[in-house]
Amino acid sequence: MTDNPSPLKFHVPEPEVRPGGTPDFSNVPIPKAGSVDRPPVDVDPRTIRDLAYSIIRVLNREGDAVGPWAGTLTDEEQLEGLRHMMTLRTFDARMQMAQRQGKTSFYMQHMGEEAVSCAFRKALNKGDMNFPTYRQAGLLIAGGYPMVDMMNQIYSNEKDPLKGRQLPIMYSAKEHGFFSISGNLTTQYIQAVGWAMASAIKGDTKIAVGWVGDGATAESDFHAALVFASTYRAPVVLNVVNNQWAISTFQGIARGGSGTFAARGLGFGIPALRVDGNDYLAVHAVAKWAAERARSNLGPTLVEYVTYRVGAHSTSDDPSAYRPKTESDAWPLGDPVIRLKNHLIRRGLWSDDRHKQTEAEILETVIAAQKEAESHGTLHAGGKPSTRDMFEGVYAEMPAHLRRQRQKAGV
Amino acid sequence: MPRMTMIEAIRSAMDVAMGRDDNVVVFGEDVGYFGGVFRCTQGLQQKYGRSRCFDAPISELGIVGAAVGMASYGLKPCIEIQFADYVYPAYDQIVSEAARLRYRSNGEFTCPIVIRMPTGGGIFGGQTHSQSPEALFTHVSGLKVVVPSNPLDAKGLLIASIEDPDPVIFLEPKRLYNGPFDGHHDRPVTAWSKHDLGEVPEGHYTVPLGKAEIRRPGSAVTVLAYGTMVYVAQAAAEETGIDAEVIDLRTLLPLDLETIVASVKKTRRCVVVHEATLTSGFGAELVSLVQENCFYHLEAPVARVAGWDTPYPHAQEWDYFPGPKRVGEALIETMEA
Repeated sequence: MTDNPSPLKFHVPEPEVRPGGTPDFSNVPIPKAGSVDRPPVDVDPRTIRDLAYSIIRVLNREGDAVGPWAGTLTDEEQLEGLRHMMTLRTFDARMQMAQRQGKTSFYMQHMGEEAVSCAFRKALNKGDMNFPTYRQAGLLIAGGYPMVDMMNQIYSNEKDPLKGRQLPIMYSAKEHGFFSISGNLTTQYIQAVGWAMASAIKGDTKIAVGWVGDGATAESDFHAALVFASTYRAPVVLNVVNNQWAISTFQGIARGGSGTFAARGLGFGIPALRVDGNDYLAVHAVAKWAAERARSNLGPTLVEYVTYRVGAHSTSDDPSAYRPKTESDAWPLGDPVIRLKNHLIRRGLWSDDRHKQTEAEILETVIAAQKEAESHGTLHAGGKPSTRDMFEGVYAEMPAHLRRQRQKAGV
Repeated sequence: MPRMTMIEAIRSAMDVAMGRDDNVVVFGEDVGYFGGVFRCTQGLQQKYGRSRCFDAPISELGIVGAAVGMASYGLKPCIEIQFADYVYPAYDQIVSEAARLRYRSNGEFTCPIVIRMPTGGGIFGGQTHSQSPEALFTHVSGLKVVVPSNPLDAKGLLIASIEDPDPVIFLEPKRLYNGPFDGHHDRPVTAWSKHDLGEVPEGHYTVPLGKAEIRRPGSAVTVLAYGTMVYVAQAAAEETGIDAEVIDLRTLLPLDLETIVASVKKTRRCVVVHEATLTSGFGAELVSLVQENCFYHLEAPVARVAGWDTPYPHAQEWDYFPGPKRVGEALIETMEA
């Protein structure tokens, strides 16, 4: 027993800088591109624990693709990747504006994080299933899902594939490997593991992918997912998109004393990698590595994408209230679109002129899709799902009490 | 016809369902090698292999969450929560995910899972092994809620639940596992082997969800009950000499309103009985429906007999349990009103 115990101190982590301060990421160590080893996929996880604390990067400051993780994509695929990211950014800008114009209630954009979902999608096969959060629409854009259907959902109009029942951007697209987004956080992470377990139980060849943000890793579902994935060696890739901010809460609140989010995997014996989330080529290389592990019965991989949420959390959020306005400019990993663009220009595959021209073409395509979607209505104007649709689909067959309520509602 | 306990009937239901459909998988805490703490899954792993019946980590949210994912893939998981009292960590997965998936995805993804859990008291299980949380599930659109009261129904209802395209909460009154317990805790319970409802066909059959059964026809008063309370109500009727009509609801959601209304219109009196706590219990819903549908036929206020609004106590179990004496008093009061 101690005779003179000192008073206990309560610790609440704080970010380095708040509004009014000078953004400072000097405490975020950024390893040189190409400096992290690429182990074979059947590596003993115990021998690559350092990968959970480093950052795998391919594109260097000069715009060259360097190191052992480079070279997973052809020139055409890289050009296509740039187009996907540009499309997502334009799509976001238009939908953000549509929300401001009152055409829908809510929107969430990807600014700064486009590479993560766009590049990841290209490592998947047909039939694989993503269990996404609300900031992975790149999976749909890069997977060829029609933009007009996304917009129909955002507008909750008469062509909304989800009949107006779900909040904007909570898409569902089974044929495109995109599980219905819940809106509750991290619930889908363990479901991805369950889906992967089912695929293994049936001797199938498909893999699942779980997605979560840095803040939502604090949910118990995250822990459950890692336990189940580890125990049953599920064919699943578990992604953590660390964009530094969970609405107004900096990532240190969820991360606690752990060095990184990737390091959470280590106690479960799950190989854990950190990757530069603003580097399209690095994201793809790591996604491919993790997917190959899953497909080869080697089990789960935990991947942390180090990125930055440049925009607000959603249309209901104002980040200037909790972080310096210029913080995104100081983010040391740059902008994913500009970085891939510069790389392609450096290699003689692209030019500023072609970039501008492509931007204009994409804008035209997005506007055309928007016009078509709006011809089917927006949230408060034009065609919309029927009141009858509200009562359908609660069960496979409508039970008597719902039929009575529907009658009462006059439909 | 073979005679089975409720445990054997439930096991037989899973056996039949697994034998007929490769997509049926069974898992939960201790359910694999050991066969479950109540032995409901005994032998299934040996018969169907570890990929069809297996042990799960102690994580109810993990068990239900994984099952939701499996169901969205195309399997039909029939999972066990060791005690209904342990289901709360999985509540978000049940309410926000399993129950809502069909609706929010417009049928692209569905969730045909069965969540089995032993419910109710009478075994000196204290507050963490005795609860009856059915009302927490009947309040959730998208779920079905089933409470069998005997081996014959348990098997048929469980097969129907596994074959159902939507998520089903399957509450097994653990005090009925071995016999039709009527609340007389000081007397030995009759074994199911000596009871008509312990006669259970070996093979496949279903008892449809949403259909109640009249257990004791009567003309004086209708008693609405389910699970253990079906036998308590029957005992109360015999002991008071009141000619009660005892309805075993069997499925709480969707509810067989027709059978209830027809009976109450006939008897003109109604007593609602459940073991769960009184306030905001499922009885409140039943009383509402009875007065909405039968008000001008009623001769007396509709009475409720339920567990007291306390946590389920340990030593005071039989002061808490709404036994035949309390149900009998309610019958008499309702007749005299």
